[in-house]
Amino acid sequence: MNVKEVAEKLGLKVISGENGLDREVKGGYVSDLLSDVMGSANAGELWITLQTHKNVMAIASLKDLAAIILVKGFEPDPDMEEQSNAEDIPVLNSDLDTFTITGRLFQLLNP
Amino acid sequence: MHFEFNIEGGNFSKAGTASSQLKKILKQLNVDPKVIKRVVVALYEAEVNVVAHAYTGQIFIDIDTNKIEIKLVDEGPGIPNIELAMQQGYSTASPAVREMGFGAGMGLPNIKNNTDELHVASEVGKGTTVKMAIFLIS
Ligand SMILES: Nc1ncnc2c1ncn2[C@@H]1O[C@H](COP(=O)(O)OP(=O)(O)OP(=O)(O)O)[C@@H](O)[C@H]1O
Ligand SMILES: [Mg+2]
Repeated sequence: MNVKEVAEKLGLKVISGENGLDREVKGGYVSDLLSDVMGSANAGELWITLQTHKNVMAIASLKDLAAIILVKGFEPDPDMEEQSNAEDIPVLNSDLDTFTITGRLFQLLNP
Repeated sequence: MHFEFNIEGGNFSKAGTASSQLKKILKQLNVDPKVIKRVVVALYEAEVNVVAHAYTGQIFIDIDTNKIEIKLVDEGPGIPNIELAMQQGYSTASPAVREMGFGAGMGLPNIKNNTDELHVASEVGKGTTVKMAIFLIS
């Protein structure tokens, strides 16, 4: 499944990085601690977080993550959005909280 | 091959620049993707530590056929107890830095876990030197 299909199925809003919507999704990782993501996330994963600054994109790019999902309607800072477009790594958001969006993503990826 | 980069303490918007450059270089050199992943994690954490905890720093990278050696030299407060700093969960990061999601005390353990050699030396009030190596041939 690619990022676009996940976004459609979970009703996520695509905020930036549209050119990366065809990235393949291999799983998910949930954390708001950047070093935890750096140490433990894997390439192709969707990262669910409430962090909205540019360093999120630096990590997403270095780790080859598929996309970022911001929870509870959080919006990326302007420089995060810019970086998302530059790297073609989508930033999506949802009005749902972390627990709910994670549960739905898990179900979608592990039917 | 030798590369050098500068790091500005406190400038989080540039954190990760050197790691991103090195990742591109290693890809071009056709280095094993598994090795690239480890190098990227280790250098990023070391780079962010200079940004978060020191004032200014320099990165020296040497790549040969056997290994990648990276040295980060910073001017900063130094680390009074390196053994303690190496422990997962130990952090002196400021509240502002923690709010960004840094300061979990996982950076140095991440470096340790992703390198074949790691040596941290520090002088309180002067600065810190982090030397690491990752072998290309296992
Ligand atoms: N270059 C440095 N200069 C001064 N102190 C440092 C430096 N690098 C690490 N430290 C000290 O070691 C502690 C632990 O570092 P470590 O990278 O493991 O965690 P952190 O940077 O606090 O949080 P995280 O890396 O999880 O965002 C730091 O909080 C700081 O006190
Ligand atoms: Mg750190």
